Amino acid sequence: MICYSDFTAKHLATEAKEDKDIEELSRADDVAYKSPLMPIRDAVPVTERQISLDLDPATEFSALEEISDEEAVRIFVPSAMPPASLSLRDYVDQSETLSKLVQLGVNLWKLEQRPNVGSMLLRLNFNTDVAPRLLFLKEIGVDDSHFGNIITRNPFILTESLENLQARVNYLKSKKFSSETVASMVSRAPYLLNFSVKRLDNRLGFFQQQLNLSASNMRNIMARLPRLLCGSLEPIKENLKVCEIEFGFKENEIQHIVLTVPKVLAANKRKLTQIFDLLHNTMEVPHHLIVKFPQVLNSKYLRIRERHLFLEYLGKAQYDPNLPNYISLDRLVSLPDEAFCTELALATLEDFHLFQKTL
Amino acid sequence: MASPAARMFWRLEGLFCVYKPPGVHWKLVRDNIETTLLKGLNAAPSGALPEEVRFLSDPDSDREATKGLTLSAASVPVLSKHPLVTGPEFQHIKVGVGHRLDASSSGVLVLAVGNSNKILNNFSRTRVTRDYTLEGEFGTATDDFSYRGKVVERSTYGHVTQDKLDRVLAMLQGANQKALLMYSNVDMRSQEAYEMAAQGLLGPEGKSEPVLTGLRCVHFQPPNFTLEVQCLNETQKYLRKVVHEIGLELRSTAVCKGVRRTRDGPFTLQDALTRNHWTASDVMQAIRKYHSSKKTKTYSHTKTVDAAPEENLTTDSQQNETCDETAVGVIK
Repeated sequence: MICYSDFTAKHLATEAKEDKDIEELSRADDVAYKSPLMPIRDAVPVTERQISLDLDPATEFSALEEISDEEAVRIFVPSAMPPASLSLRDYVDQSETLSKLVQLGVNLWKLEQRPNVGSMLLRLNFNTDVAPRLLFLKEIGVDDSHFGNIITRNPFILTESLENLQARVNYLKSKKFSSETVASMVSRAPYLLNFSVKRLDNRLGFFQQQLNLSASNMRNIMARLPRLLCGSLEPIKENLKVCEIEFGFKENEIQHIVLTVPKVLAANKRKLTQIFDLLHNTMEVPHHLIVKFPQVLNSKYLRIRERHLFLEYLGKAQYDPNLPNYISLDRLVSLPDEAFCTELALATLEDFHLFQKTL
Repeated sequence: MASPAARMFWRLEGLFCVYKPPGVHWKLVRDNIETTLLKGLNAAPSGALPEEVRFLSDPDSDREATKGLTLSAASVPVLSKHPLVTGPEFQHIKVGVGHRLDASSSGVLVLAVGNSNKILNNFSRTRVTRDYTLEGEFGTATDDFSYRGKVVERSTYGHVTQDKLDRVLAMLQGANQKALLMYSNVDMRSQEAYEMAAQGLLGPEGKSEPVLTGLRCVHFQPPNFTLEVQCLNETQKYLRKVVHEIGLELRSTAVCKGVRRTRDGPFTLQDALTRNHWTASDVMQAIRKYHSSKKTKTYSHTKTVDAAPEENLTTDSQQNETCDETAVGVIK
């Protein structure tokens, strides 16, 4: 311990330069409250406390001593920012960009899990990088409340150049999408503006060619489900083939289905097949009725199955519109459980729950 | 003081059971429950952000020329504790599954949340019987004993009567009773064995071959029939095989159209949550019910669990002498 206080006196004379040595020494002395893993910047306050305990007359900085404001300002406080970290949490309080992004509602926790996004965000400057893009988004009509969501889903919009963004918006407008539609498309499919004009054109052309629809219908579909433009095109092609070859729909029927429920294109192929199998082979619904109510292809398999079996158990499963007691597919899938029980099955909700336990 | 989400999680720890629909893998059910519970937990309001005092330089100070350093103390929220930065409080919760149900079977599936997974382990080690309802159909045989499999044989079933079926079931049950005694690892000629048998405690310790402790036909209308089974250490595949063997024993063939578990130990169909009730609030209610039922039972809990095989034991002990090892060999 003597050795230690000797050293602290020397330390005061030479100013904090040999922090490392102190740490080594203290480790040798086995001071109880100083773990060897403690970072270097903590060494200074500990030695100060040590001095006051030793009642060293030469002490200048006592913990109880009042210091003037100038001195307080001059005290060097090492920044708490680690040079490398696994999480953005360490930088949020210091970085202006990050704290502003949090205030916008961006989910940094989600973003830092994606590779390279964290360091990309840290390198951004709020005033020169982030603010102009946000102003641009506001200009094309995106509501403020969507900003957080857009950046959470597509942080790379912050690195895209403004001319490119403007060019893409202009392209969409040249395809006769109205400005409100463009705004809603951008807020619902944030990656839309990261696609180059050529690629967007290719993709629109692909849909036009596959579906053979008129331009206004095309616009209608894209405005309702803009993520079709951003996702992979292979599953869409596959779904169309499944509808055509496996289900046996005609081309105009497929067009009608897609126009009513564009989500069918983005649905899982296996789920679609499962639902169609149930509808066509078990419930014996003909194709033209499915085309009339394409919403059934968008609902849950277990839900349709349970309801159908319940109706069948009650002897009410009658899906032919020409016969009495007709139950439309639309009402079968879209009604909530209570309404389904009272209006279609004419039973109580408890009965339905009990029936579910017998399946 | 713990956060509201943590307090909610304590209330969630316990056992409950759900009704697994047929055609869904048990892992999907488990994952589904976990995500809904996580959603419920993380929707609980988080407390206000802690504040820290920070020295901010005044942007509108006019004395910039004199010193360039005018600081003012301000209390600002610590953004590094913001939920958007730290992520949701609960990212995983342990949800354990009791005795499994394979994809094509349905019924009561016991789940445990958090710390009660230990209880679940103990629970699976105790000798609890499970009730099943098996639906069978005469006339065909398939390669995997279920009606979805490839048909390998067709046969007539006109000669099968309920009487014959009951006889086969009784024989099968006797053979299994014999197996139950064999697996129990107690000398049959000892006083200990007598006392255990009188209390209905005889049975296999831990893992063993599947044993049917009770077998009954509840509905018979050829070609369809329904069996009610109580068993130990079974798999659903084994139960389908039992239906197949019953068909063979009746000089016909049979496939299993459905396996439905109606009871798993103390958990019955009444407690099971159906698919639309898989939410945090409903699960919490079910767990509260489980805890209250455990309190009322206190010491008799283990006894009630083990009481199930008792009735079967006492009623069927007379038939044991007639059946011997060979019968077991034929059935399996």
